[in-house]
Amino acid sequence: MSVDLHDLRKSFGSVAALDGISLSVAPGEFLALLGPSGSGKTTLLRVLAGLDFVDSGRIVIGDRNMDDVPARARGVGFVFQHYALFRHMTVARNVAFGLEVRARAERPPRREIRARVQSLLDLLGIGDLADRYPEQVSGGQRQRVALARALAIEPGLLLLDEPFGALDARVRKSLRIWLRDLHDRMRLTSIFVTHDQAEAMEMADRVAVLRAGRIEQVDIPDRLYAEPATAFVHEFLGESIRLECVVERGVARIAGLPDCALRTDCPDGPAIALIRPHEIDLLPGEGPAKVESVHSAGPLRRLRVTLSGNVLDVLRPDDAWMPEVGQSCGIGLSRAKVYRSE
Amino acid sequence: MRITLIAATILLLIVLLLLPLAVVFAEALSHGLGAALATFGDPDAISAIELTLIIAAVNVPLNTLCGLAAAWCIGRFRFRGRSLLITLIELPFSVSPVISGLVWVLLFGANGWFGPILERAGMRIIFAVPGLILATAFVTFPFVARTLIPLMQEQGASEEEAALTLGATGWQTFWRVTLPNIRWGLLYGVLLCNARAMGEFGAVAVVSGHVRGQTMTMPLQVEALFNDYDWVGAFTIAALLSLLALVTLAVKALLEWRIGERGGALL
Repeated sequence: MSVDLHDLRKSFGSVAALDGISLSVAPGEFLALLGPSGSGKTTLLRVLAGLDFVDSGRIVIGDRNMDDVPARARGVGFVFQHYALFRHMTVARNVAFGLEVRARAERPPRREIRARVQSLLDLLGIGDLADRYPEQVSGGQRQRVALARALAIEPGLLLLDEPFGALDARVRKSLRIWLRDLHDRMRLTSIFVTHDQAEAMEMADRVAVLRAGRIEQVDIPDRLYAEPATAFVHEFLGESIRLECVVERGVARIAGLPDCALRTDCPDGPAIALIRPHEIDLLPGEGPAKVESVHSAGPLRRLRVTLSGNVLDVLRPDDAWMPEVGQSCGIGLSRAKVYRSE
Repeated sequence: MRITLIAATILLLIVLLLLPLAVVFAEALSHGLGAALATFGDPDAISAIELTLIIAAVNVPLNTLCGLAAAWCIGRFRFRGRSLLITLIELPFSVSPVISGLVWVLLFGANGWFGPILERAGMRIIFAVPGLILATAFVTFPFVARTLIPLMQEQGASEEEAALTLGATGWQTFWRVTLPNIRWGLLYGVLLCNARAMGEFGAVAVVSGHVRGQTMTMPLQVEALFNDYDWVGAFTIAALLSLLALVTLAVKALLEWRIGERGGALL
């Protein structure tokens, strides 16, 4: 189901948790809400589920305006960060819950509920855990139970709050691929919250980067990484080196590097240039950069370089020209992006 | 070291808890079972037992409902005056039972604030059953709420929220999710409340007026018989009161065992 959010605002006391969020999600899309803690991503998810309420703005899911629709009537599946499984019920009863609480006229017969629960558990690969209690299964299995429980009501929209937050790194990696696969197979529309940019970029069709209750940028992962709209997005999505510069008539110059001129739309005045370690080029011959150390980092070498008082990390492939420690060399920063300073 | 500690604990338990209990039963039966049972031939004793059961029967359900509501309210919501409300709920713990009784006399007694109005309406609260119920309600108010508040705060609201997103109504969420999660705490609170409701002396003594056969509860009856030098009578009623407490404990143990057998499902 499609989701349309228009200018959502909500504040807790004087703090704006949502500060004018507008966003559209297409049916079948897998969208990530990415941001640091306190950026409002969990609040946005809760507002969508009807567990919190906006001060103003409009939420439309499918073609229904959700203004006066309570959480239980929204048909939105929610996977909580710590799963929130019913601890006094077996796995099967947990998954059956959403069907058993339906009004008698809409409730499937007991036998059908049991069959549906079992087939859902089988689909998620936990068919043999039906009679266990939540405390008797592992973290990764609990996550699958929570997912099965949310999917049992056949939700039009699936919301996941930090779905891998409570798992260790190895389980997390394998579950990412599995979850993305499940989303495609069941033709779900999903929104998931994470603070891990690698997770967002790897799984999502589109990523919305949030900061202080506002969306900084929404885009497909490739474009988000290649063309960050703001300095915040650039820095949040990966290792960034920050250099002060000054803009004059559409050209930014980095202090101490008169030869390096970067084109920009920024207005005249001080600005910042951001560049990723692998985008920096090192050139043979005398130059302003001096190599302090070289470390091997897998297929790449990580060099620590000083440049007019700044220390920069540079990543270079093994087969590229490699300066010696203590050697001076030229530096190419032409791939740096210029942002107005905040 | 460990053995010494354990031995000291057991010794203390015997001297402070088991010995007094044993003395109560021994004294009650000191002139034989027949003499003890004769106590129940006295209509005043029967009336005291009935009154005590009535007070417990009214107060325990009332307190359970109020305590649940208060704990839910405090455990689930953040609002202005929340900590004040917690302090108010605990007030009966910090106030002497005598004062808990006296406030009702000051409110509803013959010379109290509402005394004249009540007198004209022909209603009696002090030195009558309603006063006994009110005084007991005041004294027992914290038991259920106080055991549930920390429990509900620790468990958090996420299971209830999960139930809501799965389509459950408020009542379904309460019966199927909230109540099963707090049942041990609730049971514990209810049992404590019951024990206190039956055993309260101070507050009840102030509002009772000690009319034999009418406003005497079991603890008051014990004192009255004791003052009359009717030792067997006093200790027999005391033994019955102790038995009720023991039965309460046994019921708790039985419930825990039965529910444990069924794999934790209450409903």
